[in-house]
Amino acid sequence: MTQPAANSGSPSSGSPPGASQGGSSVTEPPNKYVRKKRSPVRLGDRIFSGAAVGAGILILVALAAVAVFLLIEGLPAFTADPSDLPGDQNFWSFVGPLLFGTVFAAVIALLIATPLSIGIALFISHYAPRRLAQGLGYLIDLLAAIPSVVYGLWGIFFLAPHAVPVFRWLEKYLGWLPFFDGPTSATGRTMLTAGLVLAVMILPIMTAVNREVFLQTPRLQEEASLALGATRYEMIRMTVLPFAQSGIVSSSMLGLGRALGETLAVAMVLSATDVVSFDVISSTNSSTIAANIALDFPESSGIRLNALIASGLVLFAVTFFVNYVARAIVNRRREFSGANA
Amino acid sequence: MTTISPPPAEVLEARKSLTQGQLPPWAQWSMVSACLVVGLLIGLTTGFSTALALVLGAVAALVVVPAVSWGVEGVRRAKDRLATLLVTLAFVLALLPLLSLLSTVVDRGRHRFDWKFLTDDMNRVVGEGGGAYHAIIGTLEITAAATIISVPIGVMCAVYLVEYGRGWLARSITLLVDVMTGIPSIVAGLFAFAFFSIFFGSGIRFGIGGAVALSLLMIPVVVRSVEEMLKLVPNELREASYALGVAKWLTVIRVVLRTAAAGIATGVTIAIARVIGETAPLLVIAGMATRTNYDLFDGRMTTLPVYIFNSNANPGARAEFGLERAWAAALTLVLIVLLLNLIARVISRVFALPTR
Repeated sequence: MTQPAANSGSPSSGSPPGASQGGSSVTEPPNKYVRKKRSPVRLGDRIFSGAAVGAGILILVALAAVAVFLLIEGLPAFTADPSDLPGDQNFWSFVGPLLFGTVFAAVIALLIATPLSIGIALFISHYAPRRLAQGLGYLIDLLAAIPSVVYGLWGIFFLAPHAVPVFRWLEKYLGWLPFFDGPTSATGRTMLTAGLVLAVMILPIMTAVNREVFLQTPRLQEEASLALGATRYEMIRMTVLPFAQSGIVSSSMLGLGRALGETLAVAMVLSATDVVSFDVISSTNSSTIAANIALDFPESSGIRLNALIASGLVLFAVTFFVNYVARAIVNRRREFSGANA
Repeated sequence: MTTISPPPAEVLEARKSLTQGQLPPWAQWSMVSACLVVGLLIGLTTGFSTALALVLGAVAALVVVPAVSWGVEGVRRAKDRLATLLVTLAFVLALLPLLSLLSTVVDRGRHRFDWKFLTDDMNRVVGEGGGAYHAIIGTLEITAAATIISVPIGVMCAVYLVEYGRGWLARSITLLVDVMTGIPSIVAGLFAFAFFSIFFGSGIRFGIGGAVALSLLMIPVVVRSVEEMLKLVPNELREASYALGVAKWLTVIRVVLRTAAAGIATGVTIAIARVIGETAPLLVIAGMATRTNYDLFDGRMTTLPVYIFNSNANPGARAEFGLERAWAAALTLVLIVLLLNLIARVISRVFALPTR
């Protein structure tokens, strides 16, 4: 971005801003233009830029404060006597199954959402009629606008009951896989249901990033491959997808970050117990960190509260790492993409 | 000396028509609809569920269209058509949950979505009746407070990034703002709780804490969207202002921000729509109450999302009334969010910068 320098060269740069508004300056004596000394930076400028820098730094401070305050309040839990913590175990064996559940649910969501989001993004960027494309994009964005608690209600009362027959089918025909071991939960409020709800919730952000990347594909490459007789699918496979590889990776990581931190939908949909289980259709599921905090927080006090906050710190660290890597990939891409656009 | 022999008869025959060896343009979608209709008919006559019949129809289309195309057009076109169908299917699949969710919410929420629901609170209500007035007030107050906190910070931060920011500080702020958009909402709530309980003692619950937690989630959204808008302001406008001798800070306020005002309003509305549905942080720091509490700084405050969560988790002795209230509140919340999104679109459409 070019930055015109306000205070260099121009004869009136030392005058207060109001002076330039009057047309009468022409009649004033010429010695007005003789500068006595180099003017200091205007007070307004100094205050304003100071405020801007301050707001920027506040962002850094806020992020640091999140980590620091969670650490202060969570620290007692790391060294607490196991008998005081939930389930009479030390902190790490308390948070372990939760961490497993968090990652497991997020991975299920990601496995469902990644191919779907690539498909949707391709549909909007390369298949849908130009005129409709933007409207269809809004429609997908609406999915992101629905509050997570409403997704939770929908998951309990619509998705879960409708998923039970599918789960029974999976148990009957794919029961030899450890994931579909069963017995099928009668309510349908299982890990797979939670993963489905999460998948729907992370679709919009993943689709948005994928769409952006697909649209950045160099036009000339696309046209060249079409001119050589490629079908649309071949054009996409040979120019769009290779170009978008890193973008797809980072959109998946963004989706992963969202899915890891999603609280209410999981807390409502999943009927959880304190286990580690790979079975995605039975009624014994591990909870997630976020859901566990939301469910236990109102009834907790003392050292248990500290344990919940410490588990929140673990979640913060994990999501921060995932998001940081994803954004770093996107930003590095952005710098390079100008070269071959 | 080689002689050029005329092409054999079958090649000449094949060249008769340019469109030979291709399916006509209407063929693909008519085959798809035929598959769906047949699936639906079979479903209706044999008593399958309609949904299952449609799924079978879609699968049949995925097989029939490429097969026919393979026979007529060859394997490359067949793959192309399969890809087209799959991509379209992905989009349709994504719309299904949206439609199902909206119709479920409207269907179940309309029973109690009445004036009494909007004007009563839950004080001394056990079974039938009651409403969400206290939750609506709580939502509006906490969201307004969060907006008041985050908009100035967010706008100034975006001004810094676009107008002043250079070097490592600006780069790291940009990256961290992006990272901040991914902070789990429950972590924001825990932060507000940890922060305020150090100053006010453990067990603190009040509305303003919720506003602080929400603004932590809202600031990055505001920064992102305002930054995009400020970048759209043509540089000529800034240069013209500088050339007239206007100070930089006045230029930013009166030229840059004013030009981008519509975009900023859109971005802020979208940010409000995003945080107004947040439940987890408010569950942690704002708590739950049954009476209307107007005071942000004292006492527990219910918001609509927490109200929904609680009406579902503890529906009371007669569960059906609690659930009806939960759905009615969900309908209210969805309406508010959709309305905010609509307002944002209208603002950006009506007050858009004139494109030259």
